[in-house]
Amino acid sequence: MNLEVLIEGWFFKVVLTVLVSFIGVFLGLLYKGFDRKITAMMQSRIGPPWIQPFRDVKKLFMKETIIPDTAIPWLFNAAPIVALVAPLIALAYLPLGPFGPIMEGYGGLILLLYLLAIPAVAMAFGGLASGSPYATVGSQRELVLMMSYELPLAITAVALAFNYETFSIATISSEPVWNSVGMMGGIGFALILAALFAVMPGELSKVPFDQAEAETELAGGLFVEYSGRNLGIFYIAEVVKMVVVGAFLIALFFPYNLSSLYSFGGPEINGMMLWNVIVDTAFFLFKLLIIIYVAVSVIRVGFARFQINKASYFYWVPMTIISLLGMLLVVVGGAA
Amino acid sequence: MKLSKTFDKALWVFHLNSGSCNACDIEIVAAITPRYDTERFGIKLVGTPRHADVLLFTGPVTKKMKDRVLRVYEQTPEPKVVLVVGNCGSTTGVYYDSYGIEGPLDELLPEDANIIYANGCPVRPENIINGVKEAWLFLEKVRGDNE
Ligand code: SF4
Repeated sequence: MNLEVLIEGWFFKVVLTVLVSFIGVFLGLLYKGFDRKITAMMQSRIGPPWIQPFRDVKKLFMKETIIPDTAIPWLFNAAPIVALVAPLIALAYLPLGPFGPIMEGYGGLILLLYLLAIPAVAMAFGGLASGSPYATVGSQRELVLMMSYELPLAITAVALAFNYETFSIATISSEPVWNSVGMMGGIGFALILAALFAVMPGELSKVPFDQAEAETELAGGLFVEYSGRNLGIFYIAEVVKMVVVGAFLIALFFPYNLSSLYSFGGPEINGMMLWNVIVDTAFFLFKLLIIIYVAVSVIRVGFARFQINKASYFYWVPMTIISLLGMLLVVVGGAA
Repeated sequence: MKLSKTFDKALWVFHLNSGSCNACDIEIVAAITPRYDTERFGIKLVGTPRHADVLLFTGPVTKKMKDRVLRVYEQTPEPKVVLVVGNCGSTTGVYYDSYGIEGPLDELLPEDANIIYANGCPVRPENIINGVKEAWLFLEKVRGDNE
């Protein structure tokens, strides 16, 4: 069969999506390991080996899975799966390094925003379905937090869509946003990027925005009744989400490729040079590491948990103002 | 119950104070500080017994805490190990024969509970790490029995 036809075909897309899902899980666990190691080093500890998340997951799958009597079993069991599937689907709509989105043309920024919101909702439902008061409080906090950070996130999408006049993420990431705007727009997007970096820990429920889990006050929050396999799936979902949000940020603001500066050559496969692809993939992984380092590890070490009302205030007032200001500058700068 | 070596290196610990004088609890906190850093063995303190592999009890069991201790033990998913930290947990120590005490943990927990002791009053962090090592040895034995 002709290669072009094969790559256009739906069967190939399905295979690629499955492949990308596995790679996403692997990368997520790997980055989680690095995150824990780096965090430990910043606290002058030795820290667990980078392979630790793999061990944790394997162990969790070995444990007994308890479904409490007070829980609603089907919702309780479905929540972790939904929380895992949504970010895996999102991976198929994101450009990953030199590769464009697998599902290009089937959905853009708006769909991604919804897919990013689903895990939080699934987690909240899982918590409510487990019938524990701690989990209920955790779920409520998760929903409050979600409603808080969605607005700055949506403003980002609007500003980008205004600038490119499209919601297609492939188009947005085809050219770095910094090249397409003037001075004023550049400042605007820098403000939006700052707000997005503040949204990222909330989106991933990491300190200082982990009120929903809050081990020290809610004893694990919405995961309080989860054990064994269900908890393992949540664990994987969390790390995949880290990769997805990182790749999202890269696609919107740092879609740089080394091969556009210097071509490394190599045999050509389907219009892409082999060495270019390898170098760009490595560069993408490096960018992801930097983003996760800044938005997760450094912030996690540097801050303590906010109270839920302060976290909500933080997103609703300062971050919304910053991103609105950014959007205003983009709009004014674009018109000029 | 199928155990493998991975299990040893990813022990999540739930800590319950069943009436201790608080000195042992502080030593447990000391064991996760940079000086001793038990996270390098993959040990993590978790907030709920549902996530735990190791139940870490400190203190003699007071009358009020007896039911809670048993309940927490029941809530923990299998396979699990109990690590009793401090003399008063294993023998009631300085609280011996006190009116408010239900007795040492090993008399209360079910017969088949896997109990490991870390002794001292209070326990040194080194001894807690030693307790973890004994938990590993114990798990190794469990694996051997199963094969
Ligand atoms: S063993 Fe000693 S130090 Fe530890 S809790 Fe009991 S009485 Fe306190």
